Amino acid sequence: MELRLENLTKIFTNKNGQDTKAVDDLSITIESGTLVGLLGPSGCGKSTTLFMIAGLLKPTSGKIFFGEDDVTKLAPEKRGIGLVFQNYALYPHMTVYKNIMFPLENMDVPRDEAIERVKAMANLVGIGDMLDRKPAQLSGGQQQRVAIARALVKKPRVLLLDEPLSNLDARLRLQMREEIKRIQRETGITTIFVTHDQEEAMSISDKMVVLNYGLEQQYTAPQIMYNEPSNLFVAKFLGNPPINTIDVEIKNNYLMINEQKFMKLNVKDGSYVMGMRPEHFRVAKEEDEKIKIEVSEIFHIGRDTMIHFNVNGQNVRALVDSDSVGDNDKNIYLTLKRNRVYIFEKETGKVIDHE
Amino acid sequence: MNNLRNSVKQFLGKIMKNIKTFFWNLRRAVNNRKKKISDFLDRKNLNFAGKFPGWAKALIYLAPALIVLSIFTFWPIINSLRLVTFENYNIVNNDITGYTVFGNFIKVLNDESFLFEASHTQGTAIMNTLIIVFISVPISIFLALFISVALNSIKFLKNFFQTVYFLPYVTNTIAIGLVIAYMFKADGGLVNQLFGLGKFPWVESGAEHWRSMFVLIFYSIWGSLAFKIMVFLTSIQGIDKQYYQAAAIDATPRRRIFSKITVPLISPMIFYILVTSVIGAFKIYNQIVALFGVTGKPDGVDYTMQSIVMYIYKYIDGGNNLSVAAAGSLILFAIILVLTLVQMQVSKKRVHY
Repeated sequence: MELRLENLTKIFTNKNGQDTKAVDDLSITIESGTLVGLLGPSGCGKSTTLFMIAGLLKPTSGKIFFGEDDVTKLAPEKRGIGLVFQNYALYPHMTVYKNIMFPLENMDVPRDEAIERVKAMANLVGIGDMLDRKPAQLSGGQQQRVAIARALVKKPRVLLLDEPLSNLDARLRLQMREEIKRIQRETGITTIFVTHDQEEAMSISDKMVVLNYGLEQQYTAPQIMYNEPSNLFVAKFLGNPPINTIDVEIKNNYLMINEQKFMKLNVKDGSYVMGMRPEHFRVAKEEDEKIKIEVSEIFHIGRDTMIHFNVNGQNVRALVDSDSVGDNDKNIYLTLKRNRVYIFEKETGKVIDHE
Repeated sequence: MNNLRNSVKQFLGKIMKNIKTFFWNLRRAVNNRKKKISDFLDRKNLNFAGKFPGWAKALIYLAPALIVLSIFTFWPIINSLRLVTFENYNIVNNDITGYTVFGNFIKVLNDESFLFEASHTQGTAIMNTLIIVFISVPISIFLALFISVALNSIKFLKNFFQTVYFLPYVTNTIAIGLVIAYMFKADGGLVNQLFGLGKFPWVESGAEHWRSMFVLIFYSIWGSLAFKIMVFLTSIQGIDKQYYQAAAIDATPRRRIFSKITVPLISPMIFYILVTSVIGAFKIYNQIVALFGVTGKPDGVDYTMQSIVMYIYKYIDGGNNLSVAAAGSLILFAIILVLTLVQMQVSKKRVHY
């Protein structure tokens, strides 16, 4: 089912009467059956957005549509959503079986069918043999699965996950994010999840929304967002190691790097911020547009080699193939593909199309 | 105005700083002195504290509490076990005519208005106590639960209501009892006026056993609500809000949220309150004295309101037969012990820690 947010705004007012815009005029459409990640630094309004979709928070203005239904004013229990909390919120006094059964007990479901559904769901998430245990006897990953099963057993229209992996250790996190993707695919349910971990969001989302200070920065598929960031914030937020950003001048349509002409760009002359991802650098061949750099430090990390060098007085990292540089190389020619050079406006941070 | 306030603030700040500095220096001086003393003791090889074994040190620390407890708790328990074996104990010249095992228990059980009703007098100590325990304790626990859930869900005037419900706890039992007795007075009492009952006697001559019992139960429930509400309210406030959010998303009706989430999650507290208030109710004494006087029998009625503890006290008062009093208190002890064990057994399944 399609989910649509229209001009969704949430303003929190504190005791002193100061307003904080947690979510600012957010309008996005989430297609049926997709897994969408809400991504942003802490305090960017992603959990607020999720709780507004769940109905636990009331929006200050704007509307929420599930398909054609306007659910903005509906109470949470009437929206037909499944929500997985950050700490799972499993009832500690009930067994796994009763925890998953709990939502069904409030619905008009025949008993046999309810039992059937609980068992099927437990098997789907892979905890079929742990139904008699209490949550305290389960590991973090298993509790997570129970929470997902409890959210899914009532066949919700939308599944919402609040920081689903933040309480798991690194190895389990990898495993569970594949699990979540699998469960989402098998059930085909429209899913929204909140995270501050860009790698996690990129690895499982069909599409991502990046938020900052409640404002939508970009909404598209992860790989597109990575390669074509719409502004400096998105570019900086995605990627590990992070993108290099340096202040550059463009003179006579040429991008100037260390006083050398690097690349001819279709951009007005002036000061800009340039972004380059470390892994997009290559050691230049004869015919490429290239810059000569002086290596200040060099680290070999297996397959890749990290080179540190100075551009316009600022430190830049480049990740290149280990075979292409020698240990004693002091001066190297590096290049970048034209479409991997990002030029941002200095004031607004907006990306400039330089083709 | 602002200037004045600032200078007052500064002045107080200086005083506070001096006080804090004083205590800081005091602590330094004390620590220094301690170190010097212990160095001195070490030098002279006099440091006995280091030579004591662990259990001896523990005993020294426990001694004050142990001494008080032995005098006021352990000795009376042992003494009552001793007293109950005496036959015709005379407290004045410390004479006994012999020893007995069951004699005093039989005396208690055959006594008027303990287990069996006396002629012309309704009600027995055992019956009165049991009625109070089995009616007032469950009702007050349920009421306290509902009130604390209600208090937890309101926002407006929350603190005001919390204070109102807590007031009985800090008020003298006898004082409340006198007010309640006045409320239930036949002539001009608040209750009779409010419900237009005329001169309906509740606790005075002309009243019946059940009416007095009703007033007593009303009083003991109201008096015991405060503490229960306080305990329940704090434990309800300690429940993670996410459980309620999860329940709300699953469209759980309020009744089920109460019975399936709130009650199980605070069940250890409910059990604690149940055990302590059953024990407390078995020991009921003050409330009855406040309403019906020390004999437990208002003038001109044909029933008695005395409880087990009042019965025991009747024999202690003036020392007319301490052995019977000891037998009575051992019977009370046995009843409470059995009931508490039963509760422990039942709770194993029902209480979720």
